Amino acid sequence: MSTTSIPDDLLLRERFTDIKPPLSPQAAVIEANRCLNCFDAPCTAACPTHIDVPGFIKRISTGNLRGSALRILDANILGSSCAKACPVEVLCEGACVMHRYNSEPIQIGRLQRYAMDSFQATGEELLTAPRGSRNVQVACIGGGPASLACAAELCRHGAHAIIIERNELPGGLNTYGIAEYKLRTSDSLREAEMIRRMGVEFRTGAAIETAEALEELESEFDFLFLGVGLGAMQRMNIPGEDQKGVLNALEFIASYKTGRLKEMSGTVVVVGAGNTAIDAASAARRLGAETVYLLYRRGEREMTAFDFEYEHAKHEGVQFLWRRQPYAIRTNERGRLLLDTVQVNEVGRSLQPVEGSENVIECDYVIPAIGQSPFAQLVQDLRRIELRNGIIVVDPETGQTGNSRYFAGGDCANGGREVVDAVADGKRAARAIMKIAEAAYA
Amino acid sequence: MPDIRVHKFAGKIDAPNPFWLASGPTTNTGEQIMRAFDAGWGGVVWKTIGDPIKNASPRYSSVDLNGTRMMGLNNIELISDRSIEDNLRELGEVKKYYPYHPIIASLMVESKREAWHEIVQRTEDAGADGLELNFSCPHGMNERGMGSAVGQVPEYTEKITAWVKEKARTPVLVKLSPNVTDIRAIAAAARRGGADGLSAINTVNSIIGIDLDTLVPRPNVDGASTHGGYAGPAIKPIALNLVQQIMSDPASALPLSGMGGISSWRDAVEFILLGCSTVQVCTAAMHYGYRVVEDMAEGLENWMRTRGFATLDDFRGLSLDRVTSWNGLNLNYKVVAHIDEQKCIGCGLCQIACWDGAHQCIHSDRVTGPINGRIELHDGPPTVEFRSRTSFATTPVTRQERAAAATSHGPFPTPLAKIPRVDETECTGCNLCALVCPVDDCITTLRVTESGRPENQDQQHSVAS
Ligand SMILES: Cc1cc2nc3c(=O)[nH]c(=O)nc-3n(C[C@H](O)[C@H](O)[C@H](O)COP(=O)(O)OP(=O)(O)OC[C@H]3O[C@@H](n4cnc5c(N)ncnc54)[C@H](O)[C@@H]3O)c2cc1C
Ligand SMILES: Cc1cc2nc3c(=O)[nH]c(=O)nc-3n(C[C@H](O)[C@H](O)[C@H](O)COP(=O)(O)O)c2cc1C
Ligand code: SF4
Ligand code: SF4
Repeated sequence: MSTTSIPDDLLLRERFTDIKPPLSPQAAVIEANRCLNCFDAPCTAACPTHIDVPGFIKRISTGNLRGSALRILDANILGSSCAKACPVEVLCEGACVMHRYNSEPIQIGRLQRYAMDSFQATGEELLTAPRGSRNVQVACIGGGPASLACAAELCRHGAHAIIIERNELPGGLNTYGIAEYKLRTSDSLREAEMIRRMGVEFRTGAAIETAEALEELESEFDFLFLGVGLGAMQRMNIPGEDQKGVLNALEFIASYKTGRLKEMSGTVVVVGAGNTAIDAASAARRLGAETVYLLYRRGEREMTAFDFEYEHAKHEGVQFLWRRQPYAIRTNERGRLLLDTVQVNEVGRSLQPVEGSENVIECDYVIPAIGQSPFAQLVQDLRRIELRNGIIVVDPETGQTGNSRYFAGGDCANGGREVVDAVADGKRAARAIMKIAEAAYA
Repeated sequence: MPDIRVHKFAGKIDAPNPFWLASGPTTNTGEQIMRAFDAGWGGVVWKTIGDPIKNASPRYSSVDLNGTRMMGLNNIELISDRSIEDNLRELGEVKKYYPYHPIIASLMVESKREAWHEIVQRTEDAGADGLELNFSCPHGMNERGMGSAVGQVPEYTEKITAWVKEKARTPVLVKLSPNVTDIRAIAAAARRGGADGLSAINTVNSIIGIDLDTLVPRPNVDGASTHGGYAGPAIKPIALNLVQQIMSDPASALPLSGMGGISSWRDAVEFILLGCSTVQVCTAAMHYGYRVVEDMAEGLENWMRTRGFATLDDFRGLSLDRVTSWNGLNLNYKVVAHIDEQKCIGCGLCQIACWDGAHQCIHSDRVTGPINGRIELHDGPPTVEFRSRTSFATTPVTRQERAAAATSHGPFPTPLAKIPRVDETECTGCNLCALVCPVDDCITTLRVTESGRPENQDQQHSVAS
């Protein structure tokens, strides 16, 4: 196993400066003092992991930073990455009563980051119940936020949990997917390391893909948690898609985050208009691409990306081409890509090309970002666990699947939401597992 | 245009307005005082003059409240560290340039008749318009038998005031200390000694706080600290209370220059409503500079205009007879709290305050339907919180989910479920919720009982006996 961090790349850090930089100690106290300390606070209710927001903010205002961080970690073991990656505008900060108080919401995300940074700087380790004090063995398949949260919560209750991850590094999309100006790969790995020190065992570079592998796990472990996320990016299914210069968004993001792709130039066309497309387009700009287009087959009002992500991309200089669809990719004599596109109109529920509106975009990269495909076929085939549209069906309160030894959470069970939802799912599943285990024990 | 001039305070003193700088660092030198007059101050009390002392450093420290600096200021500064000659020479010079601005000299010398006679003579010769006897400095000077060491004993106060009056030609004010059991006794002693007026209050004895790293209280003078004098906004309620006590007792009432925590015209009006003729300011001017007087004078004038008061005398003392003994209160008067649903932002602070700090009658039951009655019928705070913290929340990732989350749930800006409700059958009208509510005028107390005769404790006693 290994959770060792990849070295901090200074150039990358410079290119991807934090969009929400850390607060200075005095700014943090002033901001913390703005919080009204609501009772039954709406921010806490809106947080999928229900972090006690006024509780941790109060502790910042009194200088009890250790208490503040522990309060956060108590509800959300990935409190550090959530502080940076969460779309707080539609979560805690969106719910803040300050919106109705003629005032900006409390900067909950940045305060949370302040508390977590201070805690990490002390190097203190988290206490857990003695390992194995409860005789429960759980294997978490996939090493993303859902599994990390599940395993950490199990460990805290004295169970034994391992994480099996296909990639070399743990963290799932926290490590390989989230925009570097929000969450750095090194931060994600530091968090995984904290969880390892709590007693969670990691087996990285190991994929569970066969019936034998599953059987082996079933004989070794009492419960299995599936935190496998979603699958690869969907293909556009147009001619010319497999040439050099065409990179799917997830691979593109993973390569720049892990230092395999350090620079870009020329013109980049990103296809799609979800948050992943926006992240890819913004990253292309920061890596040096002069012109970045985001091509979407529907209009501005239909795009699924969060409003603030859209604003951010415009700010980065990304240009938007609405109601346009690619239908082929060619190359010209100078080796540049030619993306054939056509204007489309919505007729009923389908999109109709507009005659005569064909247009060729000469570019250097095409980055399709049109959604991840579901990935959980394996367990359906092997263990008859019910899927709906490729998503594992679970009891939302417990994360339990139709097969009572199997639990699932995160993107593979919620259809693809955010890091904090994955953490909430993992935590809930861990608590449900402990409950069953305790009942069986008693 | 309302007239805010002061006429014949303590018999003789006129001033362009009632805002005076109190004896302290802002009135240390002639140069400062001329700038203060230019800024708009109506008078000054010179930094206490006496045999020069040597000061400690540092000598100030403060209480900050939720990020607001100097909510209270503590000092261990003594009287003027400049020679009597320098002070009096400058006093005379300022007087030449500002003949219509009263300069009161604050004085403190040894408790000897000759010493007081001499300083009074010299000060008045220099041109002072009045004298303020500093019997109230609570630190340092009292250890040398001066300041509050005098002002805490009625006999000393009376005697020294009488010595001064033997000599003085200008009005004599005695500055009182709050650090006594009954300020009226000291005020009455000053009055018996012949004082023409009073100044109240000086600073309140204090230890402002302790540094949790060094474990030494602040200010830390080479590893030790000492008792200081507390001033600033924090002490205003103490000052108002003492001013009211002095002015409502015929044996102690005298023309009064009020002070203690005044930092705006509103504070000043309150002191005047309790009978003060002038007000003095120290900490607010130390914090923001002489310019604080601008808004004080304008604000006072504008308030007088809207209230239809032509002169300060028109409203001086109007609130005095609105203070009664507790036993004089009408116990048949009853109010209950009312929440304005249109204004409520849903912070829940009234609810938790009522449950933990009052009478358990604010509930979040507007959606489930109101139930009036005793505590047992309602969900307490732990249940309410538990419900939210075990609820299912997810990030709204699609447009539809976000639209659904954004639509308000009810007729008010805040979702109905988050607007608490006051159970009027149980509300005692204590007022706590209205105090904690962050929104102005959102929680008001409404009168519910109009029952014929007022009834108070005094009447109950007379009925019983
Ligand atoms: C480009 C992009 C940007 C995003 N930005 C944000 C953001 O800013 N903020 C936010 O909150 N969320 C963001 N998200 C969403 C967030 O990353 C996911 O919701 C979250 O990571 C889901 O966690 P998970 O544990 O369910 O899955 P993942 O993070 O996908 O982790 C699943 C892990 O399982 C491993 N795995 C899969 N199958 C196997 C197998 N058979 N054997 C072993 N291992 C396996 C995978 O390698 C992967 O590491 C973003 C997503 C993307 C794609
Ligand atoms: C730093 C400082 C020094 C003071 N020095 C004197 C003084 O020499 N003589 C005196 O009578 N009062 C002195 N005082 C008391 C003030 O005149 C005044 O009574 C007290 O500060 C309350 O008013 P405030 O709340 O406006 O500051 C001093 C106060 C402060 C803060
Ligand atoms: S809603 Fe806003 S003000 Fe209220 S506790 Fe939460 S952060 Fe503080
Ligand atoms: S304190 Fe005021 S704003 Fe807050 S919930 Fe109560 S009534 Fe509403």
